[in-house]
Amino acid sequence: MGSSQSTSEEQDYQLLADRTGFSLEQIRILHKRFKHLTHDKDTLRREDFEDISDLTFNPIRSQIVEAFFDKRNFGHNEVGSVEEIGFEEFLTVMSHFRPTRQYLTEEERDKIRQDKLRFLFNMHDKDNDDTITLDEYRHVVEELLSSYPEIESETAKAIADAAMLEVASVTMGQMAPDELYEGITFEHFLKILKNVEIETKMHVRFLNVDTTTMNCVK
Amino acid sequence: MGLCRLLWSVLLMVLVSSSVPVGSDGSPVYDGVTQTEIPRAPHTPRHAHPEGPGGPHTHSRAFPVLTFQFETVRRPFEISLWILLASLLKLGFHVIPHFSSVVPESCVLIVVGLLVGALIKLLGETLPVLDTQLFFLVLLPPIILDAGYFLPIRSFSENMGTILVFAVMGTVWNSFFMGVVLYGVCVVEGSELAGVGLLACLLFSSIASAVDPVAVLAVFEEIHIHELLHILVFGESLLNDAVTVVLYHLFEEFATLGEVTVIDVFLGVLCFFVVALGGILVGTVFGLLAAFTSRFTSHTRVIEPLFVFLYSYMAYLSAEVFHLSGIMALIACGVVMRPYVEANISHKSYTTIKYFLKMWSSVSETLIFIFLGASTVAGPHAWNWTFVIATIILCLVSRVFGVVGLTYILNKFRMVKITGKDQFILAYGGLRGAIAFSLAFLLSSKHFPMKNMFLTAIITVVFFTVFVQGMTIRPLVDLLAVKKKKQTKFTINEEIHTEFLQHVLGGIEAVCGHYGHHHWRDKLDRFNKDYLKRWLIAGARSQEPQLISFYNKLELQQALRVAERGSEARLTPALLKNLSNIRPNWGTRSRTMTKISKEREEEIRKILRGNLQKTRQRLRSYSRHKLVLEGEEDSWTEAKLWRQKVEIGRRMSHYLTVPANRQDSPPMRREKFDPAVSVPAISVEPVRPTDLAEKPFEGPQRTVEGAMRTGSGKGRKLSVTFALDVEEQKLPRCLSDPGPNKIDEEDEERSREWEEV
Repeated sequence: MGSSQSTSEEQDYQLLADRTGFSLEQIRILHKRFKHLTHDKDTLRREDFEDISDLTFNPIRSQIVEAFFDKRNFGHNEVGSVEEIGFEEFLTVMSHFRPTRQYLTEEERDKIRQDKLRFLFNMHDKDNDDTITLDEYRHVVEELLSSYPEIESETAKAIADAAMLEVASVTMGQMAPDELYEGITFEHFLKILKNVEIETKMHVRFLNVDTTTMNCVK
Repeated sequence: MGLCRLLWSVLLMVLVSSSVPVGSDGSPVYDGVTQTEIPRAPHTPRHAHPEGPGGPHTHSRAFPVLTFQFETVRRPFEISLWILLASLLKLGFHVIPHFSSVVPESCVLIVVGLLVGALIKLLGETLPVLDTQLFFLVLLPPIILDAGYFLPIRSFSENMGTILVFAVMGTVWNSFFMGVVLYGVCVVEGSELAGVGLLACLLFSSIASAVDPVAVLAVFEEIHIHELLHILVFGESLLNDAVTVVLYHLFEEFATLGEVTVIDVFLGVLCFFVVALGGILVGTVFGLLAAFTSRFTSHTRVIEPLFVFLYSYMAYLSAEVFHLSGIMALIACGVVMRPYVEANISHKSYTTIKYFLKMWSSVSETLIFIFLGASTVAGPHAWNWTFVIATIILCLVSRVFGVVGLTYILNKFRMVKITGKDQFILAYGGLRGAIAFSLAFLLSSKHFPMKNMFLTAIITVVFFTVFVQGMTIRPLVDLLAVKKKKQTKFTINEEIHTEFLQHVLGGIEAVCGHYGHHHWRDKLDRFNKDYLKRWLIAGARSQEPQLISFYNKLELQQALRVAERGSEARLTPALLKNLSNIRPNWGTRSRTMTKISKEREEEIRKILRGNLQKTRQRLRSYSRHKLVLEGEEDSWTEAKLWRQKVEIGRRMSHYLTVPANRQDSPPMRREKFDPAVSVPAISVEPVRPTDLAEKPFEGPQRTVEGAMRTGSGKGRKLSVTFALDVEEQKLPRCLSDPGPNKIDEEDEERSREWEEV
């Protein structure tokens, strides 16, 4: 991966840059990282994520890893999950975390916000029925608390229930006696998180200069 | 305080003259009286016998029924009178309806100080000057501690870089720019200002360029701008103390030495780091000590606040001993100790700390401004038009340049950009205050013959910023439509998703392979959890994840709110029929937790049954639930639920004080099978009751100091499976309430997390 790049690679990078919005430098660096993670193969598999030492402490690592293999995040409007992904899909998933540009119109900002929230929503909604049911929500809370082994699942349930109740009261207002609250739809999700400034919070600083220290322990 | 002395003297003269004579022969008695009185009151005029000590035995004198001794109480009396005056003024200020919305408090106080000073001067008494010792050692620390203890950590740490840049770079820029230009002005002006050297100018400008936390607090408290701006200005005013201290001492040294070498400059820079980091280190050490101490205070709740105050004050003083930044030490101490101390102390102590800090800082602030006004009247002044005008203009100009320039650079690195309006408020909000004044006062007249001129100029700048800028900032904020502070209600959903997002971002950073902000934050959280919390927080609370504490907090808030509201609400049976409630199901008690003897179980069971009101409960799983969330009913349900919980919690906490040695799971489970219950037993979702069951046990856990828990921290959540039944009779209560004190104590402990949102 020296300094000489074939023009076809350049063109690929350019295509990717146009599609995902990263700069060429960033793509180059991420490609390096990709190669490192896959041990110079072309596709990334779930097992490759095990090598990342910092990820082991993360309570929701399985969900993060799953997000990389979730077809819904690839932007092609497909569903399901795959076993391995290429660099393009890797980049597409990463592009959800690009910082938001400063001067945007309202619609652009809204769209970006929806994209990011959709990513998060997909992480919760595993069975892809477009709602986060109580079970799925419970699972989320349990995962969050999983780094504290002393906490019982009852607590997670309690919290998830309270949260659902809150969502219901915020989004549905008063419900008739025989209405059911199925789950959190995407619109409800947007509503309850409207005070959280996702577009500014959900970003990772991607390097523009190649100073990555490849120090992930195998 | 000539006025008051006058009044007192008059009053007492009258009384004194009507004293009753006891008798001329009671010498031993009389002697005794005389003897005891003399050591106490050496100045008392009545005992100034011209005959000397041998004489009084034979001298027949009336027994002094009423004496006047002012000198012994003089000093405390004066101080109290001042503080009383200040507080009364504060009262009056807020009583007048429209006044407080137009004029910021600080302005009024300075004016009052001026008036009082003028009055005292007219009476010919000595004026109280803002004594530097008094200011730095007594008046300033409460304000800073108050600010530091209640600092919003999240927004502070998010904007830490920006704040530091403003505090350090901004202040340095201000000092140098102003100093140099002022020197130029002095040179150009020639006549009177020729004696002012470059170093003197630099020193002066370093004093005058520091944004003052007291003034900023006083003004910004009332205008409620959005959080980012507030934290930027406020953070800057706190952190620039380090810079000010260094620059001040640096220039003072140089000015007295006379010449500056490169080494000196280098040492100056080094000094800055030492001062800042040293201050923070000292503060952190004391903060950790305070946190550690608070771990053991469960038996002496009364003196908990004292520890907080003492350790913080010690941090401040220790830092001042080494000429480190006392303000930064104080802030570091408050910030470090707060999460651990709050997890350890009782609710009452928490309230005490909060209110004492607010009270002291309020009094300090008032006194500072009054004294400032009074000292202005005291003088001495040396007015020089050019100098003063130049100072004011330069203050404004350099601040504007500094803010604009730095923001331009900073915006390249920031996610949330600082807009033009924000920049304006930032520049305009750079108020100077009493710190500048005191520092100027500290200058020695020997080395700085133009000290009086400096003093006058600084006072003018302070007045200008406080009056002009302070008064106009509010209408300007409205005019420019600067974003105001959002009234945020904490919701559990936001908390869940914010935490989730944090982990996601940390994970993505890990995948990317570089160590960013989230990585370090996660590392810090882990370190906090594994080590610090274990050492510094007593009991099981050390194992509590943030989500749970947040959840508990929220619950408690709601509970207290509803308990206040709904204490009269009574659910009628008719209404109950319409409620398809969430059944308060108390989850299964975990095995390892139950260290309760059989009799106690019985008692608990009976009490639970007896004290809960009967409601019709249907068991449903949440996702199929029909939620009836009409307002009234909801609140009544809540009210009932919460009242029950509070009551139950109180009662349960009494009986779970002594750990039994056996595992009691089988008998516990028996509780589920209440024979009168006609509802099917389904495991169900407790919205909040489960958590409630956990809370009461937190109380005893803490009082029992870990005796409740076995080595395994597992199962610290205790819950009871209980099925309520509609029609069952109320069982008689078997046990009487223990004493009220115990209830209050534990009630307090449980609800101590109720924090201001």
